[in-house]
Amino acid sequence: MREELLSLIEKNSRIDLKELAVLLGREEIDVVNELARLEEEGIICGYHTLINWDKTSIEKVTALIEVKVTPQRGQGFDKIAERIYNYPEVRAVYLISGGYDLLITLEEKSLKEIAGFVSDKLSTLDSVLSTATHFILKKYKDHGTVFDKTHGDEREVVSP
Amino acid sequence: MTKPLAKTVESLKPSGIRKFFDIVSEMKDAISLGVGEPDFDTPWHIRDEGIYALERGKTFYTSNSGLKELREEICNYQKRHQGIEYNPLNEVVVTVGGSEAIDIGLRAMINAGDEVIIPQPAYVSYEPCAVLAGAKPVIINLKAENEFRLTPEELESAITDKTKVLILAYPNNPTGAIMEREDLEKIANVVIKHDLYVISDEIYSALTYKGEHVSIASLEGMKERTILINGFSKAYAMTGWRLGYACGPQEIIKQMTKIHQFAIMCAPTTSQYAAVEALKNGDNDVKVMCESYNQRRRFLLNAFKEMNLECFEPYGAFYVFPCIKEFGMTSEEFATRFLEEEKVAAVPGTAFGESGEGFLRISYAYSLENLRIAMERLKNFITRLRNQ
Repeated sequence: MREELLSLIEKNSRIDLKELAVLLGREEIDVVNELARLEEEGIICGYHTLINWDKTSIEKVTALIEVKVTPQRGQGFDKIAERIYNYPEVRAVYLISGGYDLLITLEEKSLKEIAGFVSDKLSTLDSVLSTATHFILKKYKDHGTVFDKTHGDEREVVSP
Repeated sequence: MTKPLAKTVESLKPSGIRKFFDIVSEMKDAISLGVGEPDFDTPWHIRDEGIYALERGKTFYTSNSGLKELREEICNYQKRHQGIEYNPLNEVVVTVGGSEAIDIGLRAMINAGDEVIIPQPAYVSYEPCAVLAGAKPVIINLKAENEFRLTPEELESAITDKTKVLILAYPNNPTGAIMEREDLEKIANVVIKHDLYVISDEIYSALTYKGEHVSIASLEGMKERTILINGFSKAYAMTGWRLGYACGPQEIIKQMTKIHQFAIMCAPTTSQYAAVEALKNGDNDVKVMCESYNQRRRFLLNAFKEMNLECFEPYGAFYVFPCIKEFGMTSEEFATRFLEEEKVAAVPGTAFGESGEGFLRISYAYSLENLRIAMERLKNFITRLRNQ
């Protein structure tokens, strides 16, 4: 049930528990227990909401920053990753294979704030060798969801 | 014009679904539970392969029986899932949907006056196709208490010395019924005893929610007398691509291919290239869609249980077939009033044969949000009926 449960709540974390049990063909209590276990094991890390901020009047700028770093003796990339992810404005930090080491997503209210973060905080860290900042211009799809659905149900209303 | 048109064709009744369609399409904001096709888009990698085929200029006829590569993949698929070995060179023909395979299969086997046994409720085209082929359709009215499975007794009692073909369609549209191995073994015994052919329409085979689908062609002594029909519409959400196929004994496929060659030439080339991709790399898509259908199936059955609406548990396709006899109306009356009063369209069981009387076909090829609203309305409707 675990995989099916996870893929259901990954798409809709607000789903009613009773309905969740029906969809999975299980007893409600089993689902509740499994959810508790998943939380305890740190597999479920939160129940977030996917928001298309572009449709609001709230200004948000998102940047992807590629960072090259010097790994530290005994701690590899973990120490430097931690120094970076502790900043609350950093939304995500990934260790990446290939031409650079860390990929950071950063969300701020303006370009200026992002520039400030990169120049004042990120670049000044000892182990950071270089950074390359990319600004996101438009989000088409996020977390598997297409933001602007182009078509509805185009099927004939009744068919054999 | 004074000369009469073909009598056989004129004698065919128009599909019962059509009538209903006309009412629904004039009604704005109606929710439909009436479709017989998946709500998913064709998976992108499959569509992409179709586009790529066009870009490469694959715009010509293929061989009559279909691209060799596709026939090979079809044989791999049947071997992988059903354990049946077909020869891609002479035991497969790629058709325009499963529907064409039904038509040419019947035409390849029927002589005037032969009887074709059609268990109903069933998909709407078997009976007319049998009539057009010159056969006499013999209907078996399947029973709800058998979960709409065909029993050997029912089959025995329909057989005469003119019987030639049995049409078997499981997982079934409209009932959602399946037949499991032990059910099929009993049918196979009767079929072999009376030396009949079987047309096994397995278009919904991938959508089975209780173990893996079993084909009657995989049973001993059955491959040589069975035309196995399948296709891409339901499993891969490819209805509009119009692509299906038939596998069977070389002698029958040879005759079918002749009709196909003269009437159709070949199935659409773009679709055939896309279908190769579907069979090669589409297993996971099927799994994901199947899981989603199964969740909705459970959702509907639970909703019926909560409103005390009688319904056997169907394990296949994407239909449930609840019984509405307690309301003392015909299926058509029920469906029409449900549509008028609650703006939900479901197809009356009688559209699939007389034995569908007292039942309603509800399709769950819809999003959960849609089904939730529809079940709310169904509950209101039957509560009102019960209080009257």
